[in-house]
Amino acid sequence: MTTYLQETPVPAFDDEAARPRKLCIICSKGSLDMAYPGLVLTNAALGEGVETHLFFTFWGFDIINKDTMAHLKFTPVGNPATHMPPSLMGLPGMTAFATHMMKKQIEGIDVPDVPEFLEMITDAGGHLWACRMSADMMHIGQDQLYNRVEAIISAADFIEISEGAQIIFV
Amino acid sequence: MTVATIQGRDVHVDVEGFLTDPTEWDESLAETLAANIGIDLTDRHRSAIRFARADFESVGETPTLRRMATAGGVTTKEMFELFPKKPAKKLAYVAGLPKPVGCV
Repeated sequence: MTTYLQETPVPAFDDEAARPRKLCIICSKGSLDMAYPGLVLTNAALGEGVETHLFFTFWGFDIINKDTMAHLKFTPVGNPATHMPPSLMGLPGMTAFATHMMKKQIEGIDVPDVPEFLEMITDAGGHLWACRMSADMMHIGQDQLYNRVEAIISAADFIEISEGAQIIFV
Repeated sequence: MTVATIQGRDVHVDVEGFLTDPTEWDESLAETLAANIGIDLTDRHRSAIRFARADFESVGETPTLRRMATAGGVTTKEMFELFPKKPAKKLAYVAGLPKPVGCV
């Protein structure tokens, strides 16, 4: 059955929503598999017009540290979801092998590596922040961080920035 | 099936207004669809739309922002300039394509 509409529907893209959405994602892990959830969600949120902030803390620093950001690793050790026999997980070279496989899979579906992903996110208007306490603990200065990290900020600063936001902790 | 009248012709649309039959689209229809969401089409818009149409034709999926950048040569920044706030969805709407389904 065909319905003929009197008026043509136009998608409501909610450009002028009364209460615009805002999202903050805290990235606290530095392994390859734990970096991606935050990056993928941020990218999706930005594509939906949502103001998005990424806050990197503790091991999450590896995602924005110039020396490590392109070399995050994945290990099957302690992860039953890899469905590998535990006796194999700890073999020498297993982390390098598993990392290589995961990177290949990520590339295979045309998802960018970490540095390119951060570039794409900031091109789309996303904000990157680094945690003050982590920076002090690890003796890392802003010059060692990815150049699009806006600033190293305190926990209180983050609380201010995240006012009214939905928060995701990874 | 739902039919709406745009530019005096019948086109199939979903409940939101996205065209459901890409073959009913042409470039003159795009002008009206763009105007519906407050966009004045320029040549930059039109070339992005043409790539999206061609890519849909060849791979069967509406391009995501990432694909527009890597395969279509339209940078993420430019996409946000052309189709503000929700670039991939707005492009799909104006190009008469379904919403993109890819995550990245």
